[in-house]
Amino acid sequence: MQTMTSNSGNKQNACRAPDVQPSLDELDRQIINHLQKGLPVCDTPYAKAAEALNITETTLLERLNTLINTGYLTRFGPMYHAERLGGALTLAAMKVPPSAVATVADIINSHPEVAHNYERDHEFNLWFVIATEHPHQIEEVTTAIATESGYPVFNLPKQREFYVGLYFHA
Amino acid sequence: MLNQKGRHPVPDLMPSLSCNLPVDRPSAIHHLKLLLQEGLPLVAQPYQHLAEQTGLTEAEVIRQLDHWCADNLIRRFGIVINHHRIGYTSNAMVVWQIPKSKIDQVGSDISATGLVSLCYQRQSGGSQWPYNLYCMLHGKHRQEVLQRLKKLQTSCHLEDTPHAVLFSTRQFKQCGGRYNGSIDSIRQERPCRQ
Repeated sequence: MQTMTSNSGNKQNACRAPDVQPSLDELDRQIINHLQKGLPVCDTPYAKAAEALNITETTLLERLNTLINTGYLTRFGPMYHAERLGGALTLAAMKVPPSAVATVADIINSHPEVAHNYERDHEFNLWFVIATEHPHQIEEVTTAIATESGYPVFNLPKQREFYVGLYFHA
Repeated sequence: MLNQKGRHPVPDLMPSLSCNLPVDRPSAIHHLKLLLQEGLPLVAQPYQHLAEQTGLTEAEVIRQLDHWCADNLIRRFGIVINHHRIGYTSNAMVVWQIPKSKIDQVGSDISATGLVSLCYQRQSGGSQWPYNLYCMLHGKHRQEVLQRLKKLQTSCHLEDTPHAVLFSTRQFKQCGGRYNGSIDSIRQERPCRQ
């Protein structure tokens, strides 16, 4: 893969579509698989990770830049815990006739608090995640969406995390 | 490694009041948090780079990050990949109706299989939506996800447990959450496209 020159403060944008569609080579895969498990915290974390991968620090930095710029990596760095920052997250669902799905999806998406919105193959066909600064705002958003769409919104807040282990073998 | 989430159940969420203990310079800490929104700088000494920008020392930056991780304010530190791009294009949310007395056991059992990406207990949605345990299964195609589900049912004795399988058919929106402004402030990253 071609390397990019930007080398500081990678701009992460989970929503950005990649400009090109290069394929991953074996080293890219090794980097992705290794770094999904975490990054060491020390004064030279990339050098340490590169050592584990048996490559140079420069090569690792170049590869990471490319993987970010081509959209394979959507974030690199800390993932904050929304609830512990004082905010709130919930999953909400709606049961909407197929003919109304697109319209209601637009209504849902028009709320900036909505992070993800998926259609799923079930009677409950619209599923979305709401993230707000303060817990009380969740209900404001669900009420607004219900009012604007004319369909009820089911708020399904998380009660316990048993497992969070998003790992994808590249 | 920082706060790597393994296969252990995650403790219940508790409010935290001790986010910024190590350094008594709130504005520098706040600045550090904002800078980290953009990700860890891709330079040889990223913490030194952040230190220079915030007026902290490199050791203080590292100590602060360690503290945020230990405090679970940072839940993960590393990369997030676009799983669609590497071929994981099929995903199913599988929801189960589990009696309250059994949910701890079943949640732990499912988590231990290594077959799911996430496993949460959620408030049920009344009689129309009685399910209370959710897990996500990812795969490179639908058949792979279904095979994974079958394995999960066998290994956790869930063959007769009421459940529903919801494959995603369209993605209308997917944005990473962003935490801008104050520590209490969470706003979505925009502009957003699907």
